[in-house]
Amino acid sequence: MKLTKKQQDILDGKQGETLAKVMKTLVMYGEAFDAKEMTEVTSDYNHLVTSFGLGVMDPVYKLMDTLLQEGVVSGQKFTVDPRPLDPNVPTTFLQNIVFKHFMYNKQAFYEEQLKKLGLLEKDAFTCTCYMSEVGNTPKKGDILSWSESSAVVYANSVLGARCNRNSGIIDIMGSIVGCVPYFGLLTDEGRKADWIVRIETTKKPEAQLLGSAIGMKVMEDVPYVIGLDKWLGNELDEKACTYLKDFGAATASNGAVGLFHIDNLTPEAKEQGRSLIRKNAKEYVIDDAELQRVYDSYPVIWKDKEAKPKLCFMGCPHMSLQQLKDWTDVIEENLQKYGNAQVLIPTVFTAAPAVIKEFKKTEYYPRLEKTGIILSYICPLMFMNNPLCGKMPVITSSNKLRTYTSSRYYTDDEIVMQLCKGGN
Amino acid sequence: MKEFKGRVVTPGACTCEAVVTHGGFNTLASLQKALQFGDKTAKVSDQNNPDLYGKPIAGKALCLPQTIGSTTGGLVLYCACEMKRNPGCMLFANRIDSLACAGAVLASVWSDASMPVVDELGEEFLNYVKDGMKITIKENGIVEVE
Repeated sequence: MKLTKKQQDILDGKQGETLAKVMKTLVMYGEAFDAKEMTEVTSDYNHLVTSFGLGVMDPVYKLMDTLLQEGVVSGQKFTVDPRPLDPNVPTTFLQNIVFKHFMYNKQAFYEEQLKKLGLLEKDAFTCTCYMSEVGNTPKKGDILSWSESSAVVYANSVLGARCNRNSGIIDIMGSIVGCVPYFGLLTDEGRKADWIVRIETTKKPEAQLLGSAIGMKVMEDVPYVIGLDKWLGNELDEKACTYLKDFGAATASNGAVGLFHIDNLTPEAKEQGRSLIRKNAKEYVIDDAELQRVYDSYPVIWKDKEAKPKLCFMGCPHMSLQQLKDWTDVIEENLQKYGNAQVLIPTVFTAAPAVIKEFKKTEYYPRLEKTGIILSYICPLMFMNNPLCGKMPVITSSNKLRTYTSSRYYTDDEIVMQLCKGGN
Repeated sequence: MKEFKGRVVTPGACTCEAVVTHGGFNTLASLQKALQFGDKTAKVSDQNNPDLYGKPIAGKALCLPQTIGSTTGGLVLYCACEMKRNPGCMLFANRIDSLACAGAVLASVWSDASMPVVDELGEEFLNYVKDGMKITIKENGIVEVE
């Protein structure tokens, strides 16, 4: 890799051994992908995936300590994924013991490290950092050193920023030296589509199910999706962005998608159209039967498959302000329809602290509270990693949560029925 | 015995027993339980991977197309290396993905762990290798399977 003099000096240890190791990590990382040079990180802020003070992740905290001791801190302020705990979320005594003494016993310590490393503000914990209420929204063409698969795929696809699917730790290293290796999704060539996905469903496909189907099929390739604009329209309005947030998270967690193009909708597809599709791109047709096949393929790993759900999590990735409002309407309407005052399963809606703050200013908040639904900034995934929580029958319409935990996936409509009417 | 030639991502030599997945290896979903709850054999906890679910992978030659899933993948792999619960080596049929590469590089630069990684071994490699076969990584990306 050809480095600038400044970069070479860092690599040669002229600014200390630790900074040299940071640069060496990025150089080795880039060389594995034939990167010929580094490119400057241009976004205002970074976003990190590691938000949890999990006791066993000691190697990570030691590495962070090494960086801090040597004064090697982030050149950019950053947001970070959601906190793993929130007292608002119902837990049992034993679950709490496991959370506080065996799992996230380093949370306070790690949050202190994050503060010293450059945390944007004390509540900058969310996977949807790009929401306007949070304020970490990169511009089109910005080069990022982000991690968090759902945020990376959103930034690339919906915002038109440029970011590889960086791992935790690599994310902050790009911020520290101010550059990242130039390869993959940072390049024009790397943003071309390897797959044409044709949507031939008879109704608007469930975002999380469609994303899952595409992720499992294309893995880390770039899909160019044709026929979705029929359902989403041609403008990236609030509804379309929310749909693509959930769709993208499912493509990234059920596969390894870092960028998708939606014909006539996402920025690059609008500008470049089908010229983004590589010659000999493979093709995948998705109709109602294919979505049903994918849905039916999900394993249910509850001990008692017929168990009554004890908890429902909605908002992985975190919900948008509009989503919270829409869900309030839907839940209210259906509770009334089926003659119930409150939801029949304890339910948690999750959103960024900044979004929750705004939501609480609206007339929707007391209405949501009245339905019995709990609002939280928690990371449901980190909650479910507690083995005592993992044994509970938990339902969700998040395909990301389904993938990483024992929670069971249902479509949004099915969730509404379970919450408001009861039964499966 | 058959030889395959790949590309060295992180160097090293080793001999170990193969465990094979034909689907993507979801690093977080596979290793999180092993790391959190003291399973030194690192039994795979990814319910979506029928090839590997419940099988121990610590010290084994993990043969895979690529890794998938959360971008914690690299640091999970790095932690597994630091905690000695990592695969003995990782052998990719495809070009390595960015998350696995991050894990391999972090382990190589920031820890004393040895986890040789070879990629681009090809589809034929993944079709040939089966669970329990003996794998030997030699220099220059040569992988012997018997």
